[in-house]
Amino acid sequence: MNAPAPSRPVGLLAELTHRCPLGCPYCSNPLDLDARETELPTATWQRVFSEAAGIGILQLHLSGGEPASRRDLAELVAHAAKLGLYTNLITSGVGLNRAAVTKLAEAGLDHVQLSIQDSQPQSADHIAGYKGAFARKVEVASLVTETGLPLTVNAVIHRANVRRAGAMVELAVRLGARRVEIAHTQYYGWGARNRGLLMPSREEAEAAIEEVERLKTTLAGTIVIDHVAPDYHARYPKPCMSGWARRTLNVTPAGKVLPCHAAELIPGLEFWNVTQHSLEEIWNNSPAFNAFRGDEWMREPCRSCARKSVDFGGCRCQAFMLTGEAREADPVCHLSPHHRIVEEILAEARGEAAEPGAYAYRRMRPLPRSRGERLQGEDLDISAE
Amino acid sequence: MIDERALALSGASRPRLPRGVRLKHDDVRNEWLLLAPERVLKTNAIAVEILKRCTGEQSLDAIVDDLASTFTAERSTVEADVRTLLMELATKRLVDL
Repeated sequence: MNAPAPSRPVGLLAELTHRCPLGCPYCSNPLDLDARETELPTATWQRVFSEAAGIGILQLHLSGGEPASRRDLAELVAHAAKLGLYTNLITSGVGLNRAAVTKLAEAGLDHVQLSIQDSQPQSADHIAGYKGAFARKVEVASLVTETGLPLTVNAVIHRANVRRAGAMVELAVRLGARRVEIAHTQYYGWGARNRGLLMPSREEAEAAIEEVERLKTTLAGTIVIDHVAPDYHARYPKPCMSGWARRTLNVTPAGKVLPCHAAELIPGLEFWNVTQHSLEEIWNNSPAFNAFRGDEWMREPCRSCARKSVDFGGCRCQAFMLTGEAREADPVCHLSPHHRIVEEILAEARGEAAEPGAYAYRRMRPLPRSRGERLQGEDLDISAE
Repeated sequence: MIDERALALSGASRPRLPRGVRLKHDDVRNEWLLLAPERVLKTNAIAVEILKRCTGEQSLDAIVDDLASTFTAERSTVEADVRTLLMELATKRLVDL
């Protein structure tokens, strides 16, 4: 198969670590999380950032896990800032204090994206699986804005908070955010595992969408609302990643480079690692990146569809998860011969009540050796200095 | 056409790019880009000249005067361009007025 010549990438998602104090059941990280001792060292991340700037990456998203779990975070930010990369910290807030936020601002951080789980503290803590998380986040939001850094609040919507989508936008305004992301859950990794407990009914999802769209107008000029609609309820699939390997790449804590954060769930893809290849080589030649570039790989109905350059056949990972074949159309599309699968999932979501505490919380897997127990606890130990 | 809200902007306001919004010349693509949270905006030559002047030091009126004389252009045309761009970016919270 001849993949077309790659375009220039604009964004790099650096998953600095999979360690995270929270256990959000909608997390899109893989079930098999990278252990601390496999994480790339500081110097390797810095080289990756330099290579990223060299191939035209403009924005660097420092994510995880919780990126503040890395003690070298400010050092990494400083290096990226020196290269002129736009640095965006994607954080739970837990583990950041005044000194840490000040240090990041001084290192040249451009922007902070802070997650909130709900507008009601008790529910927020239950979703995060961490008592006191909500209060810490409110505090971190004020530290960020006091430092003069721009704040975006990110809220993932699912059954437990879908009725408060509007309230979360209002909370973001109160927290001093200039921007808020209201993102309906996408079902990858832990999110896929918890799908039965996360998916809202169609009525609830539609009411939330309408409410948030209304706020977009009334709050224009106060806060920017970026709205990610729930794709299971849509007629056409989302243009996932703006097309496979077209604009962004994702580096895992251990250095594996993926076209998207969920790509590892597709069997048979060969991923290259930054410890063995330059980012440029990977972007241009890695088999995983070339697997679904362009449209040669498409089957019908995508192949002859006028929308194939609009939504790129939707999401490869979702196509694989639901149909067992990554080259199929994303079954969210009403034109997909497998669309019935999505209809059935939606029908199941209707009226099912979530049992509190029934989530499979995101947790590191204990290592299969005697140190396992201690290491498992270590994902709660994040540096607050 | 310039919209009403753009017309209502005060000529004395001092527009500036807030922290988190940066005008950058991208050497790889050889073009000026406006970098913002989760956004990269392409900018045309006129927008670049306007945005370079949004430092919080010059008033909107002064920016218009400066551009009209630098590029020997009709003041009213320049003013409409400046007001339209600033209004649009302020709505997206990419410029503070």
